[in-house]
Amino acid sequence: MSNFPILTLLTFLPFVGALFILTIRGDEAIVSRNARWVALWTSTAVFLLSLILWFGFDSSTAAFQFEEKHAWMPAFNISYHLGVDGISVLFVLLTTLLTPVCVIASWEAITERVKEYMIAFLILEGMMIGMFVALDIVVFYIFFEAVLIPMFLIIGVWGGPRRVYAAFKFFLYTLLGSVLMLLAILAMYFDAGTTDIPALMAHGFPASMQTWLWLAFFASFAVKVPMWPVHTWLPDAHVEAPTAGSVILAGVLLKFGGYGFLRFSLPMFPLATIDFTPLIFALSIIAVIYTSLVALAQTDMKKLIAYSSVAHMGFVTIGTFTLTVQGVEGAIYQMLSHGVVSAALFLVVGVIYDRLHSREIETYGGLVHRMPAYALIFMLFMLASVGLPGTGGFVGEFLVLVGAFKANTWVAAFAATGVILGAVYMLYLYRRVVFGQLTKEHLKSVKDLSRREMLVFAPLVVLVLWMGIYPPAFLDFMHVSVNHLLEQVETARAAAGPMLAGN
Amino acid sequence: MIVLAVFLPLLAAIIAGAYAFADDGGDKAKKARIDKTAQWVTCGGLLLSAVFSVFIFFDVAIGGNAQTVELFTWIDSGTLEISWALRIDSLTAVMMIVVTVVSAMVHVYSIGYMHHDPDVPRFMSYLSLFTFFMLMLVTADNLVQMFFGWEGVGLASYLLIGFWYNKPTANAAAIKAFVVNRVGDFGFALGIFTVFVMFDSISFDTIFAAAAGKADDTITVFGGEFHAMTVACLLLFVGAMGKSAQLGLHTWLPDAMEGPTPVSALIHAATMVTAGVFMVARLSPLFEYSETALMVVTIVGGSTAIFAATVGCTQFDIKRVIAYSTCSQLGYMFFACGVSAYSAGIFHLMTHGFFKALLFLGAGSVIHAMSDEQDMRKMGGIWKMIPVTYVLMWVGSLALAGVWPFAGFYSKDIILEAAWGAHSGVGNFAFWMGIIAAFLTAFYSWRLLIMTFHGASRADEKVLAHVHESPKVMLVPLMVLATGAFFAGLVAYELFVGHDMDQFWNGAIVILDHHKALENAHHAPFWVKYLPLAVGGAGILLAYVFYMWAPWLPGAVVNILGPVHRFVFNKWYFDELYDKIFVKPTFYMGRNLWKTGDGSLIDGIGPDGLAAATLSIAKKAARLQSGYLYHYAFAMLTGVVVLIFMYLLVGG
Repeated sequence: MSNFPILTLLTFLPFVGALFILTIRGDEAIVSRNARWVALWTSTAVFLLSLILWFGFDSSTAAFQFEEKHAWMPAFNISYHLGVDGISVLFVLLTTLLTPVCVIASWEAITERVKEYMIAFLILEGMMIGMFVALDIVVFYIFFEAVLIPMFLIIGVWGGPRRVYAAFKFFLYTLLGSVLMLLAILAMYFDAGTTDIPALMAHGFPASMQTWLWLAFFASFAVKVPMWPVHTWLPDAHVEAPTAGSVILAGVLLKFGGYGFLRFSLPMFPLATIDFTPLIFALSIIAVIYTSLVALAQTDMKKLIAYSSVAHMGFVTIGTFTLTVQGVEGAIYQMLSHGVVSAALFLVVGVIYDRLHSREIETYGGLVHRMPAYALIFMLFMLASVGLPGTGGFVGEFLVLVGAFKANTWVAAFAATGVILGAVYMLYLYRRVVFGQLTKEHLKSVKDLSRREMLVFAPLVVLVLWMGIYPPAFLDFMHVSVNHLLEQVETARAAAGPMLAGN
Repeated sequence: MIVLAVFLPLLAAIIAGAYAFADDGGDKAKKARIDKTAQWVTCGGLLLSAVFSVFIFFDVAIGGNAQTVELFTWIDSGTLEISWALRIDSLTAVMMIVVTVVSAMVHVYSIGYMHHDPDVPRFMSYLSLFTFFMLMLVTADNLVQMFFGWEGVGLASYLLIGFWYNKPTANAAAIKAFVVNRVGDFGFALGIFTVFVMFDSISFDTIFAAAAGKADDTITVFGGEFHAMTVACLLLFVGAMGKSAQLGLHTWLPDAMEGPTPVSALIHAATMVTAGVFMVARLSPLFEYSETALMVVTIVGGSTAIFAATVGCTQFDIKRVIAYSTCSQLGYMFFACGVSAYSAGIFHLMTHGFFKALLFLGAGSVIHAMSDEQDMRKMGGIWKMIPVTYVLMWVGSLALAGVWPFAGFYSKDIILEAAWGAHSGVGNFAFWMGIIAAFLTAFYSWRLLIMTFHGASRADEKVLAHVHESPKVMLVPLMVLATGAFFAGLVAYELFVGHDMDQFWNGAIVILDHHKALENAHHAPFWVKYLPLAVGGAGILLAYVFYMWAPWLPGAVVNILGPVHRFVFNKWYFDELYDKIFVKPTFYMGRNLWKTGDGSLIDGIGPDGLAAATLSIAKKAARLQSGYLYHYAFAMLTGVVVLIFMYLLVGG
């Protein structure tokens, strides 16, 4: 069992599925059908395999588990190194869960170039998993960047009317940050002589260098999170992306930034992290309040949820940089629950978009009369987004705020106003779409959720309640790893303390 | 049994909720069957829960057998450990009785009241769900579970206010209720964080045990160093103000009357809105150590009592009058807590739960009889047609006005005596505010009775022809509540605030020795004891003069008062003020940040600006490549000259 290359399998099985789809030939309709089924089977198999991580993970150690290490470019001391710890393992599971959900959600919505679409999705899945399990910074970088390509194509080919603008904006924004990160990686390699992530964590970069490295990584992660003011690609990308694209974008891709901070910035550049904390706090607070206000003014449902994502991710960055147990665990939890909730909300929008092909709030109103089951599902995820206790959304926000209050009371107070504003824009959205009289002619024959759609929502409903009522199931994975991470930061701070005092 | 008492309503809510999705296919008999099942399940669950609560009350409060049932871990992160647990002491036991009994009565009443509604299962499900959250709130053994119940009842309140989702006003009121409560919860949450930083725990047992040791601690928050206990209590109290509709955060409560009347009775009179009072009493071991916080509680309570009473005298919507009355009575409960007479506050909470639910349901019975008319100007002269309702409304009003021997007499008097007994500035303020409010309370109660039931009828004939007494299923719950409104004060006086009080509360409420308000209350002079009764009588008398014997008087008084009346009638212009300073600017900022901030500034300078700049540079660069040899030659020559100059300058 210990030699079973589970992580390699998880990463590359989707590629195998994609190759398989590539070989399908014949009549258009048959190709489409087969492509769908192959994608579903592959992603389901990957999900089932990933359950090995859920059951086999040892949460009593901070060490990397399910490790695989093979020489790759020995001349440069670069190796193919994979592994997971308590910080990354749940993200892998989130990815493997959301992909089959996306495939089912795209079943009827995507009718053009189905084969290529499914290939893109499977490749995307493989790369996302690879990114989370990579333990060599070169392997990480490759996946981190390469993910852009399938996502770019999904938005650019299967997107809405302004898809080309959105796709390029998305691509350029994220690429720009990454170039700086590549330079930083080179600098790290020359300083440490290795690209191995655990080795780099132990290396201890000189304080002056940390600042520059931190900034370079920050440039990349801030765009991915996204943090204010480099967030404007997100609403455009979401609006134009097909539903499943939005789901993956919000559900998994947005977590790259937060994960990056935890994997690189905190353990490798702890001193710079401490120095830059006020910057992060300031930007995050602006993000929370600013984007919540902007969300309030939206007339497009997807844009509204996109802006709310920025606000929620603001909580993640705050929590991460509080450097407290509650803050960091809250940040991870918030990422996971946001992964479920925002994914579900985009699916919720997708359901009515598929029926009426409009994202405008004004198109709707009084849906509860025709779609009671839909109204219930929407209500549940709206409440989770608002952070109602008992749903997954509460735990993350609450822990982040506890951590923030310990670190800086002003930060907690400002961030908490986001919770009020969050309630305003979500309830206002819900009221305009679901409540009221059903007067609009085109809504009078609209159908409630189909079986397939219920199947899509079912796992997310279970998860969001599970995460709200019994969080230890998830938090227990993190405790030891998070403590270890914070110890690394603390040790560095303590070591630098006398030196700084000596100056 | 404890677990059953709390979770039966949840189970009932889920089952009834499932029935809400059952398809009746337009078949009336089938719909009736579905409705009936949902009603049986929820009413049965609640009645059982109420019976269990009574047993628990005798075991815990009378038998002195306080206990905690641990369920399982909820959140565990670092030193923060929160579990799901049911903590039952005397205070909780009292609350459980009030909650389950009133809720059970409201459930039964709703069978009749919501008879014609197309969404009966959904309504019953929401009611039970609310009861579950309320029970979680009162049985919480830590602040965060309390917060869970707190936000949960907020959700149920939102759902029930907006129950008739076709009405735009109902939807607006629902959102308003949720958001205003969120503002309060913002304070509550920060209060929880403060407590956690102070005690490294949020579990009641731990923080109560450690409170005395932290009495003089300071904490650095918001850039200054403050008395820690005061900060924590004040922040938590903001939450209480939101939930209990105290001055400043009260604006949602009158609007909440958009919901069906049983909801107003259960949530917006008897139970949820009293959660704030419960919270302060529950946290008495903390509040006791902060004189400042207690002072603020007293002032807010006293001010709300008088503010709401004035507004209540001017309204015409029967439910709004009672809503403002609730707001005012909550003020009484708060200033009782503020002068450390927590048990008096809880006493009034209980009696008020009975008589106010009675009044609301009675009003519902009137509205039901009057074909959904709520404006008292269109009522009158109907007492002979609905005599049972009329009598029951009298009982409720007598209890509310504090007439002996009705329940309100005991609880209101002890509060006023305690306020007097505090012998402090704020205590006196609260006392006099309370006395004036008592006068106004009696006045608006009889104004309501007379306008609704007496005089010549102002309703149109069609409505009048339909006026009918409510069915038994509605009247029986009213009678149960009326029994409570009659006897609760008499029976519970000694236990709650009298001789047996220490034994009864059994440590659930902590009062420091130097806070003697409640003790002094029992030695209040004659005039303090009988002044409330006297002003109550005067208020009733004045109402008779105004609305029965000299009906031209109110108009004349309104004319004389002019602007004062307008100010009060428009609820002191709180809604208009908030709309101007919060609501409008928020939407305005949202639009501007989006269009200007994201659109013109970030995108304008950022990606779009860069794209445009790149394009224009490329165009200019393209123009340079003109193809004429002399252009290139000239450029080269310029370059050479520049290079030479630089060489001379730098190198020389």
